[in-house]
Amino acid sequence: MPKVAPELQYSDEHEWVSRGEGNSVSVGISEVATDALGDIVYVDLPEVGSTVTAGETCGEVESTKSVSDLYSPVTGEVTEINDAVVGDPALINNDPYGAGWLFKVAAESEGPLLSAEEYASKNGGDLS
Amino acid sequence: MTENYTALYEEHKKLGASFTDFGGWQMPLKYSSELAEHHAVRKSAGLFDLSHMGEVWVTGPQAAAFLDYALVGKISAMAEGKAKYSLICQEDGGIIDDLIAYRRGEDKFLVVPNAGNAKVVAEALLERAAGFDVLVEDASAETSLIAVQGPLAEAILLRLVPAEQHALVTELKYYAAVEVPFTFDGGTQDLLLARTGYTGEDGFEIFVANGSAAALWQAIADAAQEGELTPAGLASRDSLRLEAGMPLYGNELSREGNPFAAGLGPVVALSKEGDFVGKDALAALKADGAGATSGRKLVGLKGLGRRAGRGHYPVLKDGAVVGEVTSGQPSPTLGYPVALAYVDVEHSELGTALDIDLRGKSEPFEVVALPFYKRQK
Repeated sequence: MPKVAPELQYSDEHEWVSRGEGNSVSVGISEVATDALGDIVYVDLPEVGSTVTAGETCGEVESTKSVSDLYSPVTGEVTEINDAVVGDPALINNDPYGAGWLFKVAAESEGPLLSAEEYASKNGGDLS
Repeated sequence: MTENYTALYEEHKKLGASFTDFGGWQMPLKYSSELAEHHAVRKSAGLFDLSHMGEVWVTGPQAAAFLDYALVGKISAMAEGKAKYSLICQEDGGIIDDLIAYRRGEDKFLVVPNAGNAKVVAEALLERAAGFDVLVEDASAETSLIAVQGPLAEAILLRLVPAEQHALVTELKYYAAVEVPFTFDGGTQDLLLARTGYTGEDGFEIFVANGSAAALWQAIADAAQEGELTPAGLASRDSLRLEAGMPLYGNELSREGNPFAAGLGPVVALSKEGDFVGKDALAALKADGAGATSGRKLVGLKGLGRRAGRGHYPVLKDGAVVGEVTSGQPSPTLGYPVALAYVDVEHSELGTALDIDLRGKSEPFEVVALPFYKRQK
């Protein structure tokens, strides 16, 4: 069963949100998503300085089998992207909640987010 | 559609497989990482459950003549012990399935169609058998099929075969099959071993009764040393066959398509004696230049960027649609995207620059020779 990190919040589209300093949040995709996608071979992230909108697409994640849209779970300006995953997308599979983070946003508002418990029970994830 | 489970379903569950529906069967998609499984087959060996494939026996005094009539190839010309890739077509030349026919005796053949088409093929063969002195028996439900594919496949399987019988395996040619005694589960069983596959590597396929399938699977896994053999699912099977330029029914082959457009013209024996189903239509298609000077043709496309084309994406020349992708993904072995696509014959020449419309973005591709990947012998 895919792991669900208990300290994070999740969108219905399988992005996770982690709160940092001030209104800065980090965004990644859950292990539920990486398991379903399979091995990720390409990731298209929003540009630094661009504005993302909660619930709207902001990039693509491509695996050996398929292409999926990446949805932003929050609204705000992108302040940083994870260059490491652009160069080595397998990081997203190997460590979706750590080294596989995708981008950071100065969040003005958030879309509807689920707690880890809600997300795990809805998607069959393992909270431990 | 009711879901079918192979005799190895519990083995896959034990190995932590994620499953997918394929042709009405719950099959392992992958066990861990499909990329790791793909590389394992190229570098060492992979273990596949292919029990969803069909097995139809054709026996009787007119078995060879009947298959010459029912299939597009000259099956009667095949020597005993050999195998032949062939097609079963409709009267209009449309492809019902691609399959392998094994000659197991003067009057005895085994036909192996695809999972999703097994029933249709068995029924078509039965229907076409009217007037021939043959028996058509669908043994798909009782027969399992296990494949071991990759450079270490032979060495691993030899560990289950008595030493004095090793030559049966080591001297077995590509596209040939032989009964080999396998020692497993506390006994020895003669099993049909074929040197065939769908990966572009050396490898074998073993036919076994359902009741012995799990024991054989386990015995093969136990015969391999750490790191030699990786259970491999359908995701890697698909990427392996794509690199090897092999068509997949439903993607590249269909009732709407024809063998010439699919590059399978040489499989169609128009000059064989007697009639066969689809002969007139196929002769007309050939005379028309199908896949050569008219219509579309299946080609290999190599991506010049990083993005892969996927099934049904349009293929463009100077912005105009000239074809459609049938299969595509990043090639794990080659490191660039590859795709099979039907394109208008005038744009099918090697080296032609084409684009694939990736959901609104054009990505550059080039027509290249098939297969994309060929193993070093």
